[in-house]
Amino acid sequence: MKRTCFLSHEDLLSWLARLAEKATVWVPDPDPAHPQVVSYKPFTPGSRPDFRRLPSLSAKGVLYPQGEVLLRFQKDKDPSAPSGYRLSFEDVLPVDCAVLFGCPPCDARGFLVFDEAFLQGPYADPYYRERRERAVVVSRVCRTWDAACFCHAVGSHPADEEGSDVQMIPVTEGHIFRAVTAKGERFLEGVGVQPTLAQHQEAQAALEQGRAQRLEDAALVSPSDDFRKRFSDAAFWRLWTERCLSCGLCTFVCPTCYCFTITDESDGIHGERLRSWDACMFHHFTQEASGHNPRPSKAERYRNRVGHKFSYFPEKHGRIACCGCGRCIRSCPVSMDIRAIVRALSQTEDAHV
Amino acid sequence: MSRALLKANPYLPHKATIREIIEETPAIRTFRIVLDDPAAMAAFSFQPGQVGQLSVFGVGESTFVINSPPTRRETLQFSVMRTGEVTRALHQLNIGDTVGVRAPLGNSFPYASMKGRDVLFVGGGIGMAPLRTLLLTMIDNRADFGDITVIYGARSPQDLCYRYEFDAWRAAGVNLILTVDADSPGWRERVGFVPTVLAEEAPSPYNRVAVTCGPPIMIKFVLAGLKQLGYDDDQIYTTLERRMKCGIGLCGRCNIGGTYVCVDGPVFSGTALRAMLPEL
Repeated sequence: MKRTCFLSHEDLLSWLARLAEKATVWVPDPDPAHPQVVSYKPFTPGSRPDFRRLPSLSAKGVLYPQGEVLLRFQKDKDPSAPSGYRLSFEDVLPVDCAVLFGCPPCDARGFLVFDEAFLQGPYADPYYRERRERAVVVSRVCRTWDAACFCHAVGSHPADEEGSDVQMIPVTEGHIFRAVTAKGERFLEGVGVQPTLAQHQEAQAALEQGRAQRLEDAALVSPSDDFRKRFSDAAFWRLWTERCLSCGLCTFVCPTCYCFTITDESDGIHGERLRSWDACMFHHFTQEASGHNPRPSKAERYRNRVGHKFSYFPEKHGRIACCGCGRCIRSCPVSMDIRAIVRALSQTEDAHV
Repeated sequence: MSRALLKANPYLPHKATIREIIEETPAIRTFRIVLDDPAAMAAFSFQPGQVGQLSVFGVGESTFVINSPPTRRETLQFSVMRTGEVTRALHQLNIGDTVGVRAPLGNSFPYASMKGRDVLFVGGGIGMAPLRTLLLTMIDNRADFGDITVIYGARSPQDLCYRYEFDAWRAAGVNLILTVDADSPGWRERVGFVPTVLAEEAPSPYNRVAVTCGPPIMIKFVLAGLKQLGYDDDQIYTTLERRMKCGIGLCGRCNIGGTYVCVDGPVFSGTALRAMLPEL
């Protein structure tokens, strides 16, 4: 039997305040000046989280910060050393605990892509692993969607629990919390009260409704063969990427885009090796020192984005590297729509010729 | 350094000291380094073809092949052509300076399956670096191999690496054919592009494995040349290069389709190359 409990709106805020004493509790927090703009921020006693709107940035930064220190190094003068200095360095592994609280199911599912890439490959990423092992993900059943949402097309739905430790279901007087994993069971120990039968039924109905919700009908789940056939069709990729600005916003807002760069910063004596989000949409991403670039134009770069998400990644890990949140579509300054491009892969007519 | 250590935090380099620097050509220097931790140095094990990431702290990291053979363990050797930021910083270093090393990374040449066969090496310029690792391993186990032919070319005689070793290679029974793009005074070996010399020499594909590395354009014509001589795809091996950051299959820039050059490569058979998506 999975642990469930009920918390009223007021009890929820005091629980969050208690949690925030031990961990960083990331909640969707509306901007005071622009309440429609929601972003993940650490909970503080005055916070009024918004559990309805989709945050404009994904939650990936909670477990995979936009920039982080991998190593610190230092040069100390030492006349006895042949080089005149002694260099020392050490790795800086994260030690903080995070609770991601009230994210939509698509954001929770995004971490499954990170889990595959960063924990199941030939090498595990210790920075991500440290954060992931200590983090608890509480996702909410989603009730607000728009025309850019397409979780259904990638095998999900607004009540999806995959990737979450605890599921949060809105009912009339508050929320029902339902443990999904063993970690979630422990997290809910001693929290809230037993839901009443009426609340329980309301939660069940909300789950059923979410599961039945179809956002975008045509599935995008197996376009790998179509992608391979289209790979060398230069005219196709040129046509579909003509208006792309290579700004990289789609990868920045994406819950599953995990590519990064590593750079050193130093004042000559102290320094840090940093890891930062990078994007395959950028020209310099694959630019080699010799001048050669295997992805010289935006056509090849966008092709890589589509291929990575819908062909290379599923072939290797058995799941699409896309959770259908639609942020890339909503944020794109020139209205590129990855759904349309993936669907066009299989169109037999060469409309672009 | 054991694989297990690298697994704990694969981003954490080992500290190493430069013991020797060899000026190969005006643009290429060879660094011989030793890991500062003697236990790590003694436990360091790798296969010919594997690579390492060299760090200059404050500048960054780049990937280079370990081009000393596993059979010679006093130092680890890397040949570096001055091309970009990190390689320029490496060329500024002196004996005694500290570098970081993350190694071994990547796959290796299928050395064991080459035993008992004839071998053809076709190298161009700095592309001789990975071939040297395999060649010296074979020289140190000379009885395991039949004929070893090396066709090695560069733009000019001054651009050939490892010139000081040519006599030793020949003394070990290596059929070494050297060529330069344009004739120059005092040059007594061949003149002509590597693929042309390959066609003239025409080493028989019978029970032979061919290994080639060099500039992409040379590899392209050498692969075509080998095909013409009757070599099958599975008799041919080459190495690929890509811009890399992490070197451990995560950062997402060295992929060709779903193949990551850093972990699935850098060594690929002709068969594997043909199966790859065309994004070279």
